[in-house]
Amino acid sequence: MSDNAPLVIVGTGLAGYNLAKEVRKLDSERELLLITADDGRFYSKPLLSTGFAKAKEADELAMQDAATMAEQLNAEVLFHTQVTGIDVQRRMLQLGGTEQAYSELVLAVGAEPRRLPWADDLGDRLLSINDLLDYGRFRTALKGKRKVVIIGAGLIGCEFANDLLAGGLEVTVVASDPYLMPQLIPEPVAAAVQTQLEALGAVFHLGCAIESLEAAQEGVSLRLDDGSLVIADQALSAIGLAPRLSLAEQAGLQVGRGIVVDRGLATSQPHIYALGDCAEVQGLNLMYVMPLMTSARALAKTLCGTANELSYPAMPVMVKTPACPLVVAPPLTAESGHWSTTGEGSDLQALFHDDQGRLHGFALTGSKVAEKLKLTRELPGWLLATPS
Amino acid sequence: MKKWQCIVCGFIYDEAEGWPDDGIAAGTPWQDVPADWMCPDCGVGKEDFEMIEIG
Repeated sequence: MSDNAPLVIVGTGLAGYNLAKEVRKLDSERELLLITADDGRFYSKPLLSTGFAKAKEADELAMQDAATMAEQLNAEVLFHTQVTGIDVQRRMLQLGGTEQAYSELVLAVGAEPRRLPWADDLGDRLLSINDLLDYGRFRTALKGKRKVVIIGAGLIGCEFANDLLAGGLEVTVVASDPYLMPQLIPEPVAAAVQTQLEALGAVFHLGCAIESLEAAQEGVSLRLDDGSLVIADQALSAIGLAPRLSLAEQAGLQVGRGIVVDRGLATSQPHIYALGDCAEVQGLNLMYVMPLMTSARALAKTLCGTANELSYPAMPVMVKTPACPLVVAPPLTAESGHWSTTGEGSDLQALFHDDQGRLHGFALTGSKVAEKLKLTRELPGWLLATPS
Repeated sequence: MKKWQCIVCGFIYDEAEGWPDDGIAAGTPWQDVPADWMCPDCGVGKEDFEMIEIG
């Protein structure tokens, strides 16, 4: 029987470590074990896309190493350790050759960058950045180079474009999207961001498919379907993230876009929970910090004996494009509706209303960012408390 | 005047600017920010503030 076994958290990103911190606020005694495939350093992931402007090495972004975290959390941290399987019946984790019992298990395994078909052939010439180790690898690959091509014009692609430009690099962005961040913002707002990034020197090839991507001399060369040729010293892939599902799938947990959890963050198997970028709560798989922190607090309570339901208010996302400050509340609560944009230049306010005229989302740039708080109060919550 | 950075999300609280959105006037030193104030970007509370002085 495993009730005396530790609470085990798989993953030491923001989700894993913040859950551990929240648990410790409520229970200083319970045996706690964190397991991670990487080096277990604690760092702020959002700062990865601000590191070049500040000329930060990976080591400077790391805040605590695994041993310090273990001491602070009164926990054991197993790093460089891959969880290879879950025996749901016996409440056992397989760690390569050994086993580890759990009383309750939390999957905080995050998401994996989607890979371009050329990634295997190009090695370090085509990288993505989704954790501190990736960031260090990219900085190393970039030593002595100037021209970077970013593939992808979503939130992460745009943040890195801004940050690399601020760090003195030349940036070209290639994307099949017709405009920047089409899943988040309407075209006029995207145009304002693009204009400000172009003012810093960025070159955009939007609405283009890549026909070929090859190693060329020290860097890469891309041929696009509009006939243009892009040459760069280094490529950065930013075409999105996919929740890591393999461990959950193999253990028979229900998965959709992410690992499916209920409002208590419980998976379809007893004693197993999930949160963060890998989890899907009522169809929502939100890879942002604020939902993650909200989930960590709710799950810590549940794990410490106070069952409770997760609810999300509307949580606007600050996009780190300082060239054109942008805050977005994506219209997650509307089935359909339309954007309307007002303002001038890079000071824009875009509002998303449903067909009945109710506000469901916004995108604000420049001086209009100041409207964030007022507008947020008008939005419906993303995950409402169920009436008791 | 100092700046403080949230170590979870990178939000910067600048004492010189305060945080007028939440009624915190410009020039409010960190120790005078209300105990129940939360990071506007990630919701981390002040009590365990996870903020570091950066300048």
